Amino acid sequence: MIKAILIFNNHGKPRLSKFYQPYSEDTQQQIIRETFHLVSKRDENVCNFLEGGLLIGGSDNKLIYRHYATLYFVFCVDSSESELGILDLIQVFVETLDKCFENVCELDLIFHVDKVHNILAEMVMGGMVLETNMNEIVTQIDAQNKLEKSEPPVMEVHLQKSTLLERKRFLHL
Amino acid sequence: MSDIVEKTLTALPGLFLQNQSVGGPAGVKASFSSRLGGLVRGITALTSKHEEEKLIQQELSNLKATVSAPATTLKMMKECMVRLIYCEMLGYDASFGYIHAIKLAQQGNLLEKRVGYLAVSLFLHENHELLLLLVNTVVKDLQSTNLVEVCMALTIVSQIFPREMIPAVLPLIEDKLQHSKEIIRRKAVLALYKFHLIAPNQVQHIHIKFRKALCDRDVGVMAASLHIYFRMIKENPSAYKDLTGSFVTILKQVVGGKLPVDFNYHSVPAPWLQIQLLRILGLLGKDDQRTSELMYDVLDESLRRAELNHNVTYAILFECVHTVYSIYPKSELLEKAAKCIGKFVLSPKINLKYLGLKALTYVIQQDPTLALQHQMTIIECLDHPDPIIKRETLELLYRITNAQNITVIVQKMLEYLHQSKEEYIIVNLVGKIAELAEKYAPDNAWFIQTMNAVFSVGGDVMHPDIPNNFMRLLAEGFDDETEDQQLRLYAVQSYLTLLDVENVFYPQKFLQVMSWVLGEYYYLLDKDTPEEVLTKLYKLLMNASVSSETKAWLIAAVTKLTSQAHSSNIVERLIQEFTISLDTCMRQHAFELKHLRENVELMKSLLPVDKSCEDMVVDASLSFLDGFVAEELSQGAAPYKPHHQRQEEKLSQEKVLNFEPYGLSFSSSGFTGRQSPAGISLGSDISGNSAETGLKETNGLKLEGIKKLWGKEGYLPKKEGKTGDETEAPPVPQESIIMETVDQTLIKKDQCQVLTQSKEEKEKQLLASSLFVGLGSESTVNLLGKADTVSHKFRRKSKIKETKSGETTSAHNRTCSYFSSSSNATYEDGYYLDTLQDRGDKELNKLSLNSGLLDSESLTELPSVEKLSNCKLSSSPSLFTDNSMEGFQPSQSTALSVANETSLAASLLEETSEHMHSDLVEVCHNETISLSSFKIWKDDCLFMVWSVSNKSGLELESADLEIAPAENFKG
Repeated sequence: MIKAILIFNNHGKPRLSKFYQPYSEDTQQQIIRETFHLVSKRDENVCNFLEGGLLIGGSDNKLIYRHYATLYFVFCVDSSESELGILDLIQVFVETLDKCFENVCELDLIFHVDKVHNILAEMVMGGMVLETNMNEIVTQIDAQNKLEKSEPPVMEVHLQKSTLLERKRFLHL
Repeated sequence: MSDIVEKTLTALPGLFLQNQSVGGPAGVKASFSSRLGGLVRGITALTSKHEEEKLIQQELSNLKATVSAPATTLKMMKECMVRLIYCEMLGYDASFGYIHAIKLAQQGNLLEKRVGYLAVSLFLHENHELLLLLVNTVVKDLQSTNLVEVCMALTIVSQIFPREMIPAVLPLIEDKLQHSKEIIRRKAVLALYKFHLIAPNQVQHIHIKFRKALCDRDVGVMAASLHIYFRMIKENPSAYKDLTGSFVTILKQVVGGKLPVDFNYHSVPAPWLQIQLLRILGLLGKDDQRTSELMYDVLDESLRRAELNHNVTYAILFECVHTVYSIYPKSELLEKAAKCIGKFVLSPKINLKYLGLKALTYVIQQDPTLALQHQMTIIECLDHPDPIIKRETLELLYRITNAQNITVIVQKMLEYLHQSKEEYIIVNLVGKIAELAEKYAPDNAWFIQTMNAVFSVGGDVMHPDIPNNFMRLLAEGFDDETEDQQLRLYAVQSYLTLLDVENVFYPQKFLQVMSWVLGEYYYLLDKDTPEEVLTKLYKLLMNASVSSETKAWLIAAVTKLTSQAHSSNIVERLIQEFTISLDTCMRQHAFELKHLRENVELMKSLLPVDKSCEDMVVDASLSFLDGFVAEELSQGAAPYKPHHQRQEEKLSQEKVLNFEPYGLSFSSSGFTGRQSPAGISLGSDISGNSAETGLKETNGLKLEGIKKLWGKEGYLPKKEGKTGDETEAPPVPQESIIMETVDQTLIKKDQCQVLTQSKEEKEKQLLASSLFVGLGSESTVNLLGKADTVSHKFRRKSKIKETKSGETTSAHNRTCSYFSSSSNATYEDGYYLDTLQDRGDKELNKLSLNSGLLDSESLTELPSVEKLSNCKLSSSPSLFTDNSMEGFQPSQSTALSVANETSLAASLLEETSEHMHSDLVEVCHNETISLSSFKIWKDDCLFMVWSVSNKSGLELESADLEIAPAENFKG
């Protein structure tokens, strides 16, 4: 199962953290720090897997991460998950974000943390992969967003967004 | 890239200001919602952690004011929650908002509810008490007609839900399995999976429904149910073999492209589903040829179909390979799988290479030749720039290590170790090196040097087993004694050299190992005096960076060496230095050393050379002091009372109920008296004069054993008292009071024996467990219900005679026979008992009793028996409910062998071997009779078995066992 999903930027600032196993508040912060520490010092040209540190729970666990522009997406999983499968799941997640936010960038994640959580909840439920079909996820999110339409937009960020996705990258990963 | 974000963030304030400038209600809204932006901007602009902290604290106090203000609308609350989530994510405590999050989930409209639920799932953990407040909301939402609400409720249930509240929602969720919408069914399945994880027994009854979900017409629901099956099959593969066919069929359909195109991912049909199915098949087919045969075809097809050059096809391939190697082997498939592994290993893509190495590691035990095929790649990977690849390679090498390649592999591992800084890696690798070194070490020098490296790198993070095993290995040695000596000698020499190096800091654990080895084996150097090594140890002792634990090891080494040195200035200096040390522990060691030095003979016998493996015989009962004690007592000295006993006495004066842990006054058979608690210590007082004083004293002095009886669980000793069944020893008729003492001594003696036996630990556990039963409530009455012999009512003398034709006479004459040997009194138990009882009532009040006994039983036996068949057991009826006391007589055949009582008991023990039982302990004996006892713990009761054996050739006519309750217990 998936133990935790972390997103932080290149400076280690957390942008999203979701734990599917109970950890204390302090441990969660420590895990984020340690994970960032492990992941950030990896070169670009190395594999996307890391064996977990001590915190996240020993040899059975591993970290699977992807680096998109300014953000690291890290999934902490146990041995019952397939490494490459999770790697593509991250890709699906990011592509879905991209669809929902139209050229997603770090700012979207900051200002719509709740929406990102909702999207994630459609993909992963209680640590288990629920849905991997991007269209299906988007449909669910759209259905929920209809409710929101009646409300004025929370905040439009009319800024030039830097796209997180570099298409050529994921096509040939 | 990050620069761009920084810039955009700094540009934000202008925007927010614009928003805020809009007047009217919209302006309020905008300003409110932009506060998150403001917060983010503020944080981003800050440079130091400290400033961030200040800002967030301020933000939090604002939020606190807002959320608790009654005027705050739910909509505003929603915004506040998002900000709180943000603050929590950064690691700040926002616990004041938890209750509001729950409120929002309860009261808000859909959108607000969603944020509320989200906040709850992020803030709270499974055991949080506030979660209970959410249960009603969840129940309500589960019943809602709005799909979104149901979905939200299911999501929160699968994230966090209090275990004890599962029954409240379980039926509702079960219903959802029949819901018309597949998304609901799917989420319901996962919610049930969560329940299966946290409370498996609560969802046992719906396993049949899981099967329905597996057959659901919607692929998503079926896929969700696979999570459950994967888990359950992992736990118990044999129970689901019948499903193999279904899984195979599903996989066939998926692989064959029978699913709607929607499920394709990069034109691979439902890859995650395939992965999951392959894993399940791997579990099912493990070591099972028949089941495995079912899946050969589909595996073959999967291998064939997965040819597209995409990441996710490799994921499937990898699972295929894994499954092929997990199930019952089929050569054809293995061949293909091996080829696949080659593809992985040789791939330029580093992720695939990693997985290839992993696969190799997995299959290497079955097929070592595969490693040979790829040996060049493996060698390359050893120098790969990616440390993860390197480590995986080392893992692979670790699996193929043998006596030939050990040196190379360990060298590689050490190289890696020196570069690595991560604790996790160090711990892991150091353990492996140590293991390999012990297994395959080619020679002494190599072994010691490798272990030195392990100790200096592994330092204080490594598993404590490593140094312990190492020292044990040195101490125990192998078959060849000279070889062992050489190994030790080499270790000593190597450590001396290491210690010669100036200004090197060794980890504490390493120093401890060194000091132990030097202390034990320095003599192998054959030097006249250990002056040289003492100097080194002294230097270390004076080193401030050495921990006090290590210093204790060091000084122990010094002590050992001193016994070999005749005189040493250094030792003298050391003693001077440390006898005034502030560290009490060190001071004690120094004093010990000082005194030992004054008695060389003693020192030599205490610290023999090269005897670390031999057990020391310790007379835990301190019986050698008996004479001394007896003499003192006879001169009127007060008997020794252990510290806690004294304290108990004090306590007992305050309490109505006595909880004395000690079995001391158990025997109190003599004293029916309602004695005041103070009276309890009587036994020890009086005992002074009795012939048994010596013994008794022994017990008193035996602090060690006693202390152990005080476990964390509380009054362990009490139990000891009970189990160490009391016996009345009437034979020594000096004063009626003696009885008490005797009892004590017996008990203690019991204890001694038990303790000194190697089973001590086990015994303690047994004791602890049965103790609990008794101590659960304050009155011993509970115990009585369970046929325990322990009871405060022992003393009432109503005799139940239950003589049965059984085998062993469980007559309990340990005391009598025991004492009979010490004093040649006639066995007039009955008489004594009576007198004791009579007097007891009166006397108890006067005498201060040992803190002692909660309950005592005293059993008296009259060994003047000629025939075993006449055995009499007597006890007060109240003691043993349902007359649970029985006497057995051995059958004729066994009776013959009874002379050796142990054999009998052993046979009995055999019969009861499925239960926990204590060892057979001889309680007492004289030339004709010996009595021993043991205890058997059963689920609901404690059996005490006393066996009496007649060692003389004479026939025993009758044996009386009398069990009388002691009333001390009820104060």
